[in-house]
Amino acid sequence: MYTQSFNVPDAPGGKTVPLAPSTEDPALQAAFDARIDADGRIEPQDWMPEAYRRTLVRQISQHAHSEIVGMLPEGNWISRAPSLKRKAILIAKVQDEGGHGLYLYSAAETLGTSRDQMLEGLHSGRAKYSSIFNYPTLTWADVGVIGWLVDGAAIMNQIPLCRCSYGPYARAMVRVCKEESFHQRQGYEALLVMMQGTAEQKAMVQDAVNRWWWKCLAMFGPPDADSPNSAQGMRWGIKRISNDDLRQKFVDATVPQAKVLGVTLPDPDLKWNEERQHHDYGQIDWNEFWETVNGNGPCNKERLATRVKAYNDGEWVRDAALAHARKQQQRKMKEAA
Amino acid sequence: MTTALKEWPLWEVFVRSKQGLEHKHCGSLHAADAAQALEMARDVYTRRQEGVSIWVVESKAITASNPDEKGELFDPAADKIYRHPTFYEIPEEVGHM
Repeated sequence: MYTQSFNVPDAPGGKTVPLAPSTEDPALQAAFDARIDADGRIEPQDWMPEAYRRTLVRQISQHAHSEIVGMLPEGNWISRAPSLKRKAILIAKVQDEGGHGLYLYSAAETLGTSRDQMLEGLHSGRAKYSSIFNYPTLTWADVGVIGWLVDGAAIMNQIPLCRCSYGPYARAMVRVCKEESFHQRQGYEALLVMMQGTAEQKAMVQDAVNRWWWKCLAMFGPPDADSPNSAQGMRWGIKRISNDDLRQKFVDATVPQAKVLGVTLPDPDLKWNEERQHHDYGQIDWNEFWETVNGNGPCNKERLATRVKAYNDGEWVRDAALAHARKQQQRKMKEAA
Repeated sequence: MTTALKEWPLWEVFVRSKQGLEHKHCGSLHAADAAQALEMARDVYTRRQEGVSIWVVESKAITASNPDEKGELFDPAADKIYRHPTFYEIPEEVGHM
């Protein structure tokens, strides 16, 4: 399961409007602020500032889209998994990602947006999803690395979201986080097995780590200094831990895992800093990151096209189910009459 | 037909996690009808044996209390502390009661 910890503005043409000073009823606003300050929860029927609602709709729907698009890079490997066991595991994982997307769409819908509106946002290319899925999965080792590092980074992001101030989002995240640990562990274990294999297999793992490491660090979003919306998210209790702090936590947790696995993390500047009691790490290429967010990554077009095709190809199924339901209902009414 | 009418209706899902416990609300989903909602709920909410029984009900069939009336509805119970056992002092020698 996947999110980028920041939520980027959707492309122009959408309904998102930059945060403006509140023009809300001061008494309602004060009651809302007091509840947030007391670490209380906001529920769907409660009054909330429009900007809070808009931010949540954008963030939760981007998160849901990420889950759905996230099924694609791994789904590509289901038919090519090296054994029946790995195939069953991968199917279960990809199905989980679909489920996570559904929990999140439901949470977003409690804010007054509709499923169709959100899907239209995704399919038109206006809504964003995590840029990590705009990179290709070249070998079987990529599937393992996605579980270990991409899901690992996502877990770091998502655990604080279980305490998000918006109740339905927090509850969805609790459900997601419970299932997430399996995703990371199956990936790491698949890599451990490969690392006991041939020199070629080991090289394959190292190559996948080399390609994914920096992209995973970028998943946490721009440095705190360049994240103007982070402060507002923190104020609202939507975001609990800053991008840089989460990234540091991820680096510190991953270094010993890499050592056990027997791979090198591709960063010559990565080393333990005794004074800070944390690992230092090198510069992230933010230009490449923003290029991908803005639609110019290696797989942006392919991912979106695959998603739109799947949706369009499924239209007859959705229509048939609805027609069947209506027919059943009419039959029942006729029998009752 | 407009797009809005083509959206499957919304259902609320309640799952009994094990025999002897109550059904608990666990989320919602879209489905064309009740039978499909049950099948979907099985796949979406019980992939890891989280339940032994599922209820689904169309969201629009639920009547909810209005949060604006929270005070009128729930405040009257706030000053009735005599409804709680701890309101009453019983001599210690009586033991557990």
